Amino acid sequence: MKKESNILFEIKNLYVSVEGKEILKGLDLKIERGKVHAFMGRNGSGKTTLSYTIMGHPKYKVTQGEILFKGQNIVPLRPDERAKLRLFLAFQYPVSIPGVSVGNFLRASMKAVRGGDVPIKEFRTKLKEKMQLLDMKDSVLGRYVNDGFSGGEKKRLEILQMALMEPEMTILDETDSGLDIDALNIVAEGINRLRSQDRSMLVITHYQRLLNYVKPDYVHVLSDGKIIRSGGAELAKQLETQGYEWILKERGEGNAQNKTV
Amino acid sequence: MPKTKQSEALKDIGQNYDEKYGFRKPESYTFKSQRGLSEEVVRNISGMKKEPQWMLDFRLKALDIFFKKPMPTWGDTDLLNGIDFKNIYYYIRPGEKQSTDWNDVPKDIKDTFDKLGIPQAERKFLAGVTAQYESEVVYHSLQKEVEKQGVIFLDMDSGLREHPEIVKKYFGKIIPSMDNKFAALNSAVWSGGSFIYVPKGVHVTIPLQAYFRINAENMGQFERTLIIADEGSSIHYIEGCTAPSYSSDSLHSAVVELIAEKNAKIRYTTIQNWSKNVYNLVTKRAIAKEAATVEWIDGNLGSKLTMKYPAVYLMGERAHGEVLSIAFSGKDQHQDAGAKMVHAASNTTSVVTSKSISKDGGRSTYRGLLKVEKGAKNVKATVRCDALLLDEESRSDTYPTMEAHENKIDLGHEASVSKVGDEQLFYLTSRGISEQEAMMMIVNGFIEPFTKELPLEYAVELNRLIQLEMEGSVG
Repeated sequence: MKKESNILFEIKNLYVSVEGKEILKGLDLKIERGKVHAFMGRNGSGKTTLSYTIMGHPKYKVTQGEILFKGQNIVPLRPDERAKLRLFLAFQYPVSIPGVSVGNFLRASMKAVRGGDVPIKEFRTKLKEKMQLLDMKDSVLGRYVNDGFSGGEKKRLEILQMALMEPEMTILDETDSGLDIDALNIVAEGINRLRSQDRSMLVITHYQRLLNYVKPDYVHVLSDGKIIRSGGAELAKQLETQGYEWILKERGEGNAQNKTV
Repeated sequence: MPKTKQSEALKDIGQNYDEKYGFRKPESYTFKSQRGLSEEVVRNISGMKKEPQWMLDFRLKALDIFFKKPMPTWGDTDLLNGIDFKNIYYYIRPGEKQSTDWNDVPKDIKDTFDKLGIPQAERKFLAGVTAQYESEVVYHSLQKEVEKQGVIFLDMDSGLREHPEIVKKYFGKIIPSMDNKFAALNSAVWSGGSFIYVPKGVHVTIPLQAYFRINAENMGQFERTLIIADEGSSIHYIEGCTAPSYSSDSLHSAVVELIAEKNAKIRYTTIQNWSKNVYNLVTKRAIAKEAATVEWIDGNLGSKLTMKYPAVYLMGERAHGEVLSIAFSGKDQHQDAGAKMVHAASNTTSVVTSKSISKDGGRSTYRGLLKVEKGAKNVKATVRCDALLLDEESRSDTYPTMEAHENKIDLGHEASVSKVGDEQLFYLTSRGISEQEAMMMIVNGFIEPFTKELPLEYAVELNRLIQLEMEGSVG
């Protein structure tokens, strides 16, 4: 292991409740700069709770623990403040905002994240480049944010935003869901281009499929609000062929787990 | 955890009205009637205006109807019954002359319109302006080129004096005094408003605007507007209005009659921004003849209670009617607005789009009538109502009524009520956008179908208005 100082993102003993129900129950995680961590788990294991909590959704209450980003505890911060620290969440289900054009929205969020104006020329150049990469048409800019978008279009728009914001820490929540194989290729390519020594990612996924394209450095298995197993990329493969049951059995939780799902 | 700031961001909607629009000037007038309504008041108004006998008779008959007609038993009767008719001043004459140069307008009045940006707007993008202060139009202009085309644009009183034959032909014919209690009230005490005639084939490409300002407390403003677009002509008319904020009520009750002759087109845009002590009870109706188009673009931001249902009577084949409205209801406000489309001829079409936003316990009501008369074949009509609630305390109701006496009609009706979702706010704020700005984006996006129909300057103004209402004071 490298030195502590290279840690970009850290979760310490995190407990989270949603509407009074405890979902995360003592989660610990350290992510170094430049590393990609994958989170896997069944439905109901707490994956989406984790991503929403990291980004600061007001319904997800941290009852205990800390989330440290660049050494700062971000738990007291609002979502917009977290975004300005260069934290980014690619949503599993991006919502539509009727009447707000994609172009205006992207510029507004770029401005907000940078905390200053974005010259229109620079904005256009950058946008054009990133959109080409994601095989997106210019006409998308005039459409309303996610309004009437197909699943694939929504995910591309998420990755486009990620590319424009240049986050240091990105959480990708089930980004592969709803994508056909061609779209998955393009989206994965977009993600991989953003991998660098400085940026880290947390890839949350139900299936191992995306991890064939975006190779993780570490894989964690989430169950009932806790990490029950961590390993390298090979763990994801093992989960694909063998399922989750064997881990739970090893822990003597196989049947109990089914009940709580 | 950060708690949602939604309630804080919204708390201040409507807080900036006073400074920008709700300011008041000392009262100054050459005549002010007694409080309350009587035959004497009506005779006084007519006498001071040196009106022909038929108009005085028309007024007195209307007054009788007003006294006899009961208050409406539908709508927000609690608020309606709160109107104290005895406490209202029905006529205030701010001065003795109408100016065509802003420099000749009395200082306080000129200052008022300056502050409201009317002379600036006139210079930039209007073909003509009338500015009404209390009961009378104090300023009037019309571009020479437009005047040369034979377009008449006057205040209603001047219209009656200078074009009695046209006025007598149409005045009160589309909305008779009997129509409703408030139309009767207006008919009895009307003063000011606009009179417009566009000759055959003339297209007035730049909008004409009227601005209505109430200054005195407990004022009643009763302007009367008549627009006639002759065959094949077109016109866009815009009206705006504001008033000082007082603790006691004022009353605004207008009657607006439009006639679009064969192939003519009228677009009538309203940005209603009365202070929250004004009752706004307005009757608006248009007749669209063969292949004519009438569009009501109706924005209601202010007032205590608005009841207004712009109507289009589609009298000729292929006539088209449209109502596009937004209503914004904040604390202690009820916007009861809607549309009436009456298809009286075959192959007529109509579109109603209504959008409302309610917050802080505000109420928005859509009330609409869609009627297809016997013999009107192949009618096509759509009604769409969308309501946006910004919090739990606010309320939205929809009362669409349909009367069809023909079978072969193509009718679409859709209604939706949505709340500014936590999920939309979370999505936008997760992109670095502040909660207030996110709320603005959602609201502006919601009314975008409306603002895109306004001239650019008004769209900007409207967005700014709503922003004012949405933004908290700094600190």
